[in-house]
Parts: sequence; structure tokens; C-alpha cells
Amino acid sequence: MDRSRAPVIRVGAWQWLKSNLFNSAFNTVATILVCVFLYKVIPPFVKWAFIDSLWFSTADQCRAGIGACWSIIPANIRFIIFGFYPYELHWRPAIAMFVLIGLLFYSKNRNHWNKSLGYVWIAGLTIMGILMRGGLFGLTSVESDQWGGLPLTLMLSVFGMFAAYPLGILLALGRRSKMPAIKTLCILYIELIRGVPLISLLFMSAVLFPLFLPTGLTVNKIIRAQAAIILFTAAYIAEVVRGGLQAISRGQYEAAESLGLNYVQKMRLVVLPQALKIVIPPTVGILISAFKDTSLVVIIALYDILKTTRSVLGNPSWMGFSPEAYIFLALLYFVCCYAMSNYSRRLEKELHS
Amino acid sequence: MNDETLKKSIKRSDDNKIIEIIGMHKWFGDLHVLDNICLTVYKGERIVICGPSGSGKSTLIRCINRLEELHQGKIVVDGTELTNNLKNVEKIREEVGMVFQHFNLFPHLTIIENLTLGPIWVRKVPKKEAEEMAMVYLKKVHIEDQAKKYPGQLSGGQQQRVAIARSLCMKPKIMLFDEPTSALDPEMVKEVLDVMINLAEDGMTMIVVSHEMGFAKSVAHRVMFMDFGRIVEENTPQEFFDQPQHDRTKLFLSQILN
Repeated sequence: MDRSRAPVIRVGAWQWLKSNLFNSAFNTVATILVCVFLYKVIPPFVKWAFIDSLWFSTADQCRAGIGACWSIIPANIRFIIFGFYPYELHWRPAIAMFVLIGLLFYSKNRNHWNKSLGYVWIAGLTIMGILMRGGLFGLTSVESDQWGGLPLTLMLSVFGMFAAYPLGILLALGRRSKMPAIKTLCILYIELIRGVPLISLLFMSAVLFPLFLPTGLTVNKIIRAQAAIILFTAAYIAEVVRGGLQAISRGQYEAAESLGLNYVQKMRLVVLPQALKIVIPPTVGILISAFKDTSLVVIIALYDILKTTRSVLGNPSWMGFSPEAYIFLALLYFVCCYAMSNYSRRLEKELHS
Repeated sequence: MNDETLKKSIKRSDDNKIIEIIGMHKWFGDLHVLDNICLTVYKGERIVICGPSGSGKSTLIRCINRLEELHQGKIVVDGTELTNNLKNVEKIREEVGMVFQHFNLFPHLTIIENLTLGPIWVRKVPKKEAEEMAMVYLKKVHIEDQAKKYPGQLSGGQQQRVAIARSLCMKPKIMLFDEPTSALDPEMVKEVLDVMINLAEDGMTMIVVSHEMGFAKSVAHRVMFMDFGRIVEENTPQEFFDQPQHDRTKLFLSQILN
């Protein structure tokens, strides 16, 4: 017998079934039940969603049919995606969105993580701002209360994440600081924010916050919601990052110190790269849930993509096709979240040493 | 080994002092871990400190680069007094290299990046120059072919030699060794000791916490024995091993040498 490698055990399909699905009475019953359930559910769903479905029809044709009415999406796609943004100007948020997605794709590559990335982002964000707002270069000005749909969802979540992450790191470092004032402040902040649901923070930003501002001064509603999302997410990131910091051994700090590195260098070059890598999985968890939580801005009357879709369902002719609309929305959210978690897994592998 | 340089005696004069510790005390809670330590180290001197665990020997050398704070007394390193002033502490740490029992290499950086981190960020040496210097030191510790690897891919002995090279890249005036061979497999101890002996031949000021008595005999100018936070006995290696004065030292040596 060849002892230079572990023996390979081959199993046939039947053997595999027998040992995995029918290896006990309980498993046999469970397997049969699951098969029956799938048989009952999947064919009707396929029939509804694909065979009998209508893709590009009017609402009336849909009502006559028996399958899914996907037509609700193409018929209303521009409102779903752009909300109340002036119809003839939709190309502007469309380009802005592509710029943002382009920026994200460009930033994915670790070879691009250098100083010029900052300039690329500043340029990209400026272009986005000009496109969305207008009022410059002969573009018609569009007030921010007309913004909505997918661009709003993307902006709230992307900016929310990118601002919350560094803020969370600072809070985590602050919480571990030896300076009592900073430490207390950070603990207070983190615990207060974590003790409050995001909805109430959004309410506060919408209702309470303006009361404290001097009369005449107003802060844009989107910015207030954005701030609430950032402050909320940062508190959670802070605790995850603190967990990562605690996983770094005392020896790493001491080795960095004994080389003469100062606090900032020690953290930036030695501790944080290791700590942040450890906490990639929970961090991405928080970012994903922050992305989904942006849909809560609906309660302060911002039209994110969930709200625009629901508005379409409020239209009498399209009423009643909510499964189709929500499935579409779910897919959209899923694609974004899956992309994030996929990227994080790749990043983890790349950073693995 | 070049016995000439190793045997050369040290000039013990005031202008040749590099470390001066006066009346140092330190407590860990109720434990009086350093009890009135007085120690003067001269340039080029090599001191080996031994003693049972918990006797304060590691704490003593960790105070020299302020990884531990002292509660009473005074330490002057290379003319700078260690105070709470962060700038002073950082300045002293630049001049004092330290090698740890558990190596403490930075696992997320390659070997060459481990070596150049300090020079580039603390000494502000241009990257290319720092890398050339790092290669010189890697050659010195005989692992120049591992430069692009990560610490996790190296054996314990190799890692410890990298750690020594990393400290040397800062061009320190003093090297502290905190039980550098205690975490190593027996067959790797020698390769690390050889590197340390080479360093001694170059005239480096070294304070070594170690139980490698062979190393102490051949390299040290002075051997110290610590117990309960006090320096119980100090002498030249010859006197120390041949005619220990205190009973505690005798007991310790009899246990460690047999």
C-alpha cells in the first residue's frame, strides 16, 4: 500500500445517499418530508414566476393573466429608481450613480490604495454633487428634497459606511485610551448610541435637532439623516474594532514601542492592520446591516428605493402586485449585500499571510 | 571566536557610562518586584543577568526602555534621564534595541518590512537605503534569502535572528535581550547565541537576561544574580561561577548547571 499519502475513499452516488440522507429512521422521514415539500412548492412557483408570467404588459393585461406580473417593474422603473427627480433630468442621477459605482470598483483593487485614491474620490464626489444638485455649468438646479430612489439609497449607505468606519476606529482607540476624559467620552457615546434604536435617532435628527438650531439656520434633511446613520453605525464598528484591538498581543505593542514608534505610528503600522484584518467578518456584517437600515429613512419622509417602490404599489392600476415588486427589491438588495460579503471574503484571503 | 576582542576589558570611568540606575524601586501591587536596584553600565560592557523566575530580572531591563515604569529612583540612559516626558522616552527607545523571548515580529509584514519599519518611520531613512541596510543585517544573521517571507513561515530560531536584525537596523547603542533563547527548540539555541556572540565581538553594549551559562562564561564582563527584586551577587564570570559568595547563588548554580 502506498503510504506516502492519505488513502482516497471513493463512494458511489447510492452509497452517498445512503450514508447522508437515509442513515437513520429519523433522517429518512426528514428526507422524504423535505422532498414532498419541495415538490409542492417549487413547480407552482416556477409556473407562476416564469411560465405564466408577464414581463412587458399593461396593468390590465396583468390582471387578466394568472402568473406573476413583472411588468410592474419595467413600467415604473424610472420612478422606482429616481423617485421625484425631474423626469427629463434623470440622466444626471444615473451618471452620478455610475460614477459612484465606478469609484467603488476602482477602490476595490488594493493596488489603487494610495494617496491618489483620495484625489480620485474627491474628483468623483465633486462630479456627483454637481450632477445631483445642478445650478452650475448651466445645469438646472434640483433641490435635494426631490432626490430619491436608488441614488439616495446608495449615497446614504456608501457615505454612511465610509464615514462610520474611521469614526468607529477612533472611538475604539478612544475607549482604550489611558486618558480618562477621552475614555469616558467614548464609552458614553458608544453606550448611548447603542442603547437607542436607529429609528429614534432618525426621528431626533428630523424633529428634535432643528429645534436646537438658531432660527434661520437649517440643515438639509438628507444630511441630518446621513449624520444619524453615520453616528449609529460608528458606535457598532467601534465595539467590533475594540474586540480586534484586544486580540493583539501585548508583545506587538511592546515591539513597536521598543523600536521608538510613537503612538500614531504604532497603531497605524503595527496594531490596526492586524486588528482590522481580524475583524473583517463582523465589520462587514455591520456594514451590510447599515446598508439595509438605510431603508428606515422612509419614516422621516425620504424617498429611498423601498419607499419609491411602495409608492408605485399605491398607484391604483398597479395595486396588488406587491410580491413582484418586493421580490425585485429583495434581489436588488441581495446583489449589493452579496457583492459586499464576497469582496470581504476575497480581501480576507488576500490579506492572509 | 575572536577572543582578543571579547577579553578586552572595559573602561570604567564616568565619561564612559551609558546606563546609570540609582535606587530603583518598583511594585506590582503588593509585590516589591525591584528593590533598590543600583547599576551602572559602561559603553561596550556585556552583562548577563540570571535568577529564578519572578526575581525581577526581566522587569529590570524592561525599565531601561520604559516598557515598565519605575516607582522610585532614577535611570539615565545615554545622558538622557527617563521621565514621563514622551519625547525623552521615544528618544531613548531609538537608542536601545530590545529582543524578546517570544520574538514579537510583526506577522502582517514581510521580514524585510519588519526590518525597515523602524528606520523608515523613526529614523526617517529613505526606503531604498533602509532596505539595503536591512539586507546587510539579514546577511549578518544568515537569513538574507528569507527577506520576502512572512514571519510565520520561519522557524523559531530564524525568527529570533530576524528580531535581532530588526533591532540592529535602528543602529542602537545598547541591546537588551529578554530571555532570547528560552522559547526556542534546543537545536535552535546555538544559532541565536552565535549571532549574539558576533554582536559581542563588534563591541555592542549588551544586557542579557538568560540562563545560558556557557554564553555568560565566554561573553559577559559581569554576571549578576537576582532574587526577590534584589541584585544578590555580581562578579566577573570567572569569580561568579568558580566562587559564588552567597548560598542562594550557590543553590541556583548547582541546580542550573546540573
